[in-house]
Amino acid sequence: MFEYAPAPESQALVNFKDSYGHFIDGKFLKPGKTYQTINPANEKVLAEITYGTEKDVDLAVKAARQAYEKVWSKLPGSERGKYLYRIARIIQERARELAVAETLNNGKPIKETRDVDIPLVAAWFFYYAGWADKLDYAGLGPNPQALGVAAQVIPWNFPLMMLAWKIAPALAAGNTVVLKPAETTPLTALLFAEICQQAELPDGVVNIVTGFGDTGAALVGHKDVNKVAFTGSTEVGRIIARQVAGTNKKVTLELGGKAANIVFDDAPLDQAVEGIINGIFFNQGHVCCAGSRLLVQESIQDELLKKLQRRMESLRLGDPMDKNTDIGAINSQAQLKKIEALVKQGEKEGAERWSPACVIPKNGFYFAPTLMLGVSPANTVAREEIFGPVLSVMTFRTPQEAVTKANNTEFGLSAGIWTEKGSRILKLADQLNAGVVWANTFNQFDPTSPFGGFKESGYGREGGKQGLAAYLKGGY
Amino acid sequence: MRLDVRKTYKLFIGGKFPRSESGRVYPVADSKGEFLANVAMASRKDARDAVVAARAAQSGWAGATAYNRGQVLYRIAEMLEGRREQFVAEIRALTGKSDRQANQEVDAAIDSWVWHAGWTDKIDAVAGNMNPVAGPFFNISTLQATGVVAAFAPQDSALLGLVNTIAPAIVSGNAIVVVSSGSLPLPAITLTEVLATSDLPGGVVNVLTGKEAEIAPWLASHQDVNAIDLEGTSNFVELEIQAAQNLKRVIRKGDFARLGTKGSLNHITNLMEVKTVWHPKGN
Repeated sequence: MFEYAPAPESQALVNFKDSYGHFIDGKFLKPGKTYQTINPANEKVLAEITYGTEKDVDLAVKAARQAYEKVWSKLPGSERGKYLYRIARIIQERARELAVAETLNNGKPIKETRDVDIPLVAAWFFYYAGWADKLDYAGLGPNPQALGVAAQVIPWNFPLMMLAWKIAPALAAGNTVVLKPAETTPLTALLFAEICQQAELPDGVVNIVTGFGDTGAALVGHKDVNKVAFTGSTEVGRIIARQVAGTNKKVTLELGGKAANIVFDDAPLDQAVEGIINGIFFNQGHVCCAGSRLLVQESIQDELLKKLQRRMESLRLGDPMDKNTDIGAINSQAQLKKIEALVKQGEKEGAERWSPACVIPKNGFYFAPTLMLGVSPANTVAREEIFGPVLSVMTFRTPQEAVTKANNTEFGLSAGIWTEKGSRILKLADQLNAGVVWANTFNQFDPTSPFGGFKESGYGREGGKQGLAAYLKGGY
Repeated sequence: MRLDVRKTYKLFIGGKFPRSESGRVYPVADSKGEFLANVAMASRKDARDAVVAARAAQSGWAGATAYNRGQVLYRIAEMLEGRREQFVAEIRALTGKSDRQANQEVDAAIDSWVWHAGWTDKIDAVAGNMNPVAGPFFNISTLQATGVVAAFAPQDSALLGLVNTIAPAIVSGNAIVVVSSGSLPLPAITLTEVLATSDLPGGVVNVLTGKEAEIAPWLASHQDVNAIDLEGTSNFVELEIQAAQNLKRVIRKGDFARLGTKGSLNHITNLMEVKTVWHPKGN
């Protein structure tokens, strides 16, 4: 590997406050009982964050309800849209600051936050801004109606991007929101609250309540919310589905995945290797749609693995703020322990573990990019979502076997196909039980393109007009 | 005087007409409380057999062309029209409706099949789309059936409610296990005779008669059921909780009207999955 001099992005681009209260009714409240949020790359404390209580949640829902009844539902769609355009523009203006903040709080490489996360955040608001005065064209019948107050709970893997996926369509459709960011990554959501202030968004339209799982549960269970949108683990998704049973709350759940990335013998191998790398090592594998099961046609296994291992040897793991870093920090100690435990379990069940030589920084949470070879379909690492940079390798002989193995999971979020044969792509795309199928590419996202899963990967879609429909009731 | 030949009312599973494996039947009374017929009382085992039959039939039905599915649904309307007198007689006996009212219900049921038949090849035109992504990619979203649907037809409708429960599920390629109204089951069984002669592959529609409250928990907690329609259930909160175990798509009681001559596109798409396919554009 070439030796590169360190090329760190400047931390001075962002200035966190020492402590944050909730953002409710257009104002930051005084911090309550707090906990520390850290930089997972070096374990240094970034700020004190308020641990939201049931009372805080109630206050936020009341503010959202009042804003919905008195202001937001009375505003013409064209005016709502203009607020969203304003927000999109301010995100673009403050893009580098947001990228730095995200990397500091999440641990993902700056090149990803700078080139993927934050541009998509701006694009999401820009896209849904245009829908706000065109709801009649969303395919739901004439004059579809907003639902009311949306309770939104998001994960730590793409903190600001998940916020955008939730807030942009909700506001465009005419709802107001209370959003709870993940406990480990609240900072960009709080910067977003500042952006709402700069955009002069009416008070109470967006409310941010920080805290842990019980804060989220109080929000989801609040009797005055009309919509629940959650992205996170299938385990918590089940709890939420039970919690809302018997209510009128409309629900969308974006849950776990165990995507198969299928490589046929006629695939363009060098491109496939890049796609496999991107599929599993993008964002340290903290991606619900990660291509975490490599299904390679038996005849090319040796050749592909040689290329893949060679490519993995050139991945740079380390300081996420360094512009050359490919693999940053695992988001938390808890997640690191979970990855380690699952990989050990996989080894115990017969898989062979391989990682390139790789220096792990002393402080912070890191996990080397890892292949699990000779994985049987029953192995834990072939079945459970690891949510880390760990790729389980399996083989197949026929297209039918590839489909059967790919679909042999409770999940159904995404899948990848690598082949030069167009007819095979189209047939497999029909047969794979996955909400997103990437053919000769992987991990592509766009606000116009609906995203979401089959089976236990959840229900509902985010992105596109389907993502808008999740926040509307219509007559068709 | 000739003694008439009565019908034995059985279940409809996998295209066949079995009795309940439990050997149980229950008496169904007419609107005046007089005995009409003994009807099979489906058991847990019958429900599970029906799910197995539905799963086996589902991919073939979803894989049929939309044109073909449309013709089969239209054929159901044709067969129903031809047997209308039998349905009218059963509805009148069970509900005490007048001849005119019973005919109206049958008319609506037939028209609803026709309405649904026309949707098979138009859902994607309305609910799917090409997506203009900001990059060199071909990107398209289409809808496909979610899989096996367990459904409970409304209790207070003998035929129309059942039709408006089955049709929105199977129009897109789902297979269904449907529990009929407990007290008004005769037209449900007669409908299975229509389905069996409409080129509908066996197992796409499976009809169980019996006690909704007894069968429902087994279907709500079944791990190989993808969606559940709770319209005709009484204990719907508990059932929705059970359905969360494998994150079934849930249609709640009252979500969609069941007594119209038209259904609802949202009802149809709520039992479907949006699938988005990406491919790079290039040389």
